[in-house]
Amino acid sequence: MTYFTLNAGAMTPHLEYRLRIADNALILGQRLSEWCGHAPVLEEDLALANIALDLIGQARLLLTHVGVLENKGRDEDQLAFLRNEHEYRNVTLVELPNGDFAATVLRNFLFSAFQTQLWQALQMSTDTELAAIAAKSLKEARYHQRHSGEWVIRLGDGTQESHTRSQAALDRLWPYTAELFSESPVDDAAARDGLGPAWISLQPAWSQAVLPVLEEATLKIPVPSPFRSRGKFGVHSEHFGHLLTEMQYLQRAYPGGTW
Amino acid sequence: MDQKEWPLWEVFIRSRNGLDHKHCGSVHATDARMALQAARNVFTRRQEGVSIWVVRGDHIVASDPDAKPEMFDPMEDKIYRHPTFYKLPDEVDYM
Repeated sequence: MTYFTLNAGAMTPHLEYRLRIADNALILGQRLSEWCGHAPVLEEDLALANIALDLIGQARLLLTHVGVLENKGRDEDQLAFLRNEHEYRNVTLVELPNGDFAATVLRNFLFSAFQTQLWQALQMSTDTELAAIAAKSLKEARYHQRHSGEWVIRLGDGTQESHTRSQAALDRLWPYTAELFSESPVDDAAARDGLGPAWISLQPAWSQAVLPVLEEATLKIPVPSPFRSRGKFGVHSEHFGHLLTEMQYLQRAYPGGTW
Repeated sequence: MDQKEWPLWEVFIRSRNGLDHKHCGSVHATDARMALQAARNVFTRRQEGVSIWVVRGDHIVASDPDAKPEMFDPMEDKIYRHPTFYKLPDEVDYM
């Protein structure tokens, strides 16, 4: 068995760019899988599990790809399960605890609207493998966006209770969306070389997709805040370690285990 | 919504183009669009379909099970309604 030092996570900007996309999918997939067996109705239990599986599928393809490009002999399992907190590059938004059903579908909506834009742009990537993964994943993200968007509207514009919960979820989650579009040298390098878009360039299209739905849901956009989460730079919230503890348990307890 | 229970929707799925939609089960959903999504999530996870219909259960008009004797039994002795008494020309194979 191989042990990796703390610096093993250091990657080139282009690998980091791919890793951010992979980790976003991996970590939200992990969070959504927590709903399995706990959703309010069977139909939504299956829906959330389906979405979680879509995301984990995307993560597998991307992590495998990163592992090959990195050329240090790490496969998808090692990248998914044997890194330490600061080596993950997902945005903080996706690692936050699920909260209630309103918060869960709202986060899915905010994130899948972003993912839809990203996958769309990545179809033109100079990395043909990444472009192929994007083409496959775009269809999935579009469905996730539709599913969660319908729920956001119905819960926001539903009963007093569901509206209150939805607004509370939006107030809590909204500040974390800024990180999706915060500038970074990794993005600059990717955009320069045609690997993929700088995420900040996706913000107008994202807003165009998100704002009308929130409006139809009668939800109020929180006032802009200077807060910037920094998960994609490897600086995570206090919740992340707990998530990893659970997610990595099996691989750490039984290294290399297969089933 | 004033209802506590979501209405039941009957789900019909067409497995391939050219085939009929077939009843395959039901889902609970708040409205038609959510019912379509629920049906997709519950019944087409393994590529079972290319098209889905959902119909609100209470919009389906069904025959009364208690009326079975008068509805269906009279047909029992009318075997001449089956086309087995006709001689088919040889050119019409496999009818």
